[in-house]
Amino acid sequence: MNSLLEVKDLQVSFYTYAGEIQAVRDVSFSLGKGETLAIVGESGSGKSVTSKSIMRLLAKSAKIKNGSIRFEGKELASLPEKQMQGIRGKEISMIFQDPMTSLNPTMTIGRQITEVLRKHRNMGRDEAAKRAVELLNQVGIPNPEKRLKQYPHQLSGGMRQRVVIAIALACNPKVIIADEPTTALDVTIQAQILELMNRLQQQMETSIILITHDLGVVAHMASRVAVMYAGKIVETGTVDEIFYEPKHPYTWGLLASMPKLHEKSEELLAIPGTPPDLSDPPKGCPFAARCPYTMEICYEQMPSYTEHSGTHRAACWLQDSRAPKVERPLAGGER
Amino acid sequence: MKRYIGIRIIYLLITLFIISTVTFFLMKALPGTPFDEEKLAQLPQEQKQMILTSYGLDKPVITQYVNYIKNVAQGDLGTSFFYTGQKVTNIISGRLFPSALIGLQAVLLGLAIGMILGIVAAYRHNTGWDYATMIIAVLGVSIPNFVLAALLQYYVGLKWGLLPVAFWESYPSSILPSIALCVGVIALIARFVRTEMLEVLDQDYVMTAKAKGLGTIRIMFQHVIRNSLISVITILGPIVVNLLTGSLVIENIFGIPGIGSLFVDSIKMNDYSTIMGITLFYSAFYVLVMLIVDLLYGLVDPRIRLASGKG
Repeated sequence: MNSLLEVKDLQVSFYTYAGEIQAVRDVSFSLGKGETLAIVGESGSGKSVTSKSIMRLLAKSAKIKNGSIRFEGKELASLPEKQMQGIRGKEISMIFQDPMTSLNPTMTIGRQITEVLRKHRNMGRDEAAKRAVELLNQVGIPNPEKRLKQYPHQLSGGMRQRVVIAIALACNPKVIIADEPTTALDVTIQAQILELMNRLQQQMETSIILITHDLGVVAHMASRVAVMYAGKIVETGTVDEIFYEPKHPYTWGLLASMPKLHEKSEELLAIPGTPPDLSDPPKGCPFAARCPYTMEICYEQMPSYTEHSGTHRAACWLQDSRAPKVERPLAGGER
Repeated sequence: MKRYIGIRIIYLLITLFIISTVTFFLMKALPGTPFDEEKLAQLPQEQKQMILTSYGLDKPVITQYVNYIKNVAQGDLGTSFFYTGQKVTNIISGRLFPSALIGLQAVLLGLAIGMILGIVAAYRHNTGWDYATMIIAVLGVSIPNFVLAALLQYYVGLKWGLLPVAFWESYPSSILPSIALCVGVIALIARFVRTEMLEVLDQDYVMTAKAKGLGTIRIMFQHVIRNSLISVITILGPIVVNLLTGSLVIENIFGIPGIGSLFVDSIKMNDYSTIMGITLFYSAFYVLVMLIVDLLYGLVDPRIRLASGKG
């Protein structure tokens, strides 16, 4: 597969007064052209940090310790800031979680869109404004000429997220990183936004990295999934492989904890326990303490990846030939 | 917008009415009169009566009050008891210029330097720049301005002979007082701008701006500073009023015939009409500045602009 973006052995740490926090630990994945890769995991699993590392938008206290991020032959992990600015918004752009806060409240919608065009496309004021109208049309905002002169607070949440998407699309980027793009929206709007992103992706053949904890969104959007836990990718595969043949107990837990409409369940299933403290990560499998199938080896040594197919691999000792056979529990959401 | 300003001006008038009423009766409740009681007592009854009549003090308090309000409504603040025969309005306007000039210079200088320091400190957060700026800010707040004024007089005025040490002669006389006054403003503004900018720098929309690939300077000017200004405007109102209406201490040290010293003199002399005149002037100015501040908010922050009626 010709990959557009290749992340290899990425390690990111935050340096705080409490010491080093290893937020991302040896993450590797690749993204092909026109592909949607979903990175799923609970809060604190390192998925947002991974995406911000690609954009080099990490907080000052964070550092890419090791690893490479190759994008079209360029090494982003060590690219000088000036050149990185030429990539952000033009080659790779980002959609943030909360449209209520991700737009500047004191600047018109129009200027927030044209700003990118003028920076990367050297467009004049009029040309940029014309393109902005086009973009707003594209993301389904009625009355774009009028909207351009308005401020964010005059638009609803869903409309604002459409504006954010329009900004991300402005320069026809090759990759869009969407960090929980629908989490802050209400459910009916969520579906509309996902629909819109799907449609635009097909039109423009953009690759998308979708960061989410919502498996429903993953099923809608993604072609491939990477499951992250405690700074590591524990399982990765195509959507079908992850949903129908998950191998890692954490993925089982994630799938089981997804509420289902058509099943009358007594209680919401949750994975008991909390993720490990990443200022002192366990030397074995990070999920061992919460895993119902823990063996002695799990605490001792991090399992390596077992390949199940060309696209599907998981890091779990249960996949080792010496391990007892464990079947995925049925509660794991047969669909 | 016009409607909004209209309503605000009506509020302003109501406020002034209440303030003039309250000061009038407070003044009447004060012990003593503008006159030397002992000497007044020695005067023949007729003369005494004449003096009181000429100032309208022989009438019942309520009548005095009504007359006073009538005059104020016509822009007449009465005649001074101390500066015999002079209108209070004339006295105030004569003293206004030095105070306003010194104050205005101090505000503008303090605002400019304070903003620059605050921006640098926030942008270089947790570096030597930041610490140095904040040390300046703490010093600026904690050194009393009269100490600074004395130092300026001694070194700049006396030893180096660069600027007049004191008194109100020509423009250069206003420079040292302005500098002495502006240091506190610098410190205050720098701290405010820094805190506010650090908060804005953490906002999601700044991250969005970075994700657009904008350069640092563009992000600072287009996205950060404007959003930080909102809180600066809030403290600017009281600062402007304080400085433009004259600082008593600084005016005394530099021998400037400003409003601050006039106010204190009039209180010492029990000069009723001057005290009330200055009080009213202060209040009017304060309420007016607050109105301007509120209008400025709207200019900076569109969310406020629309909340106050269609712009």
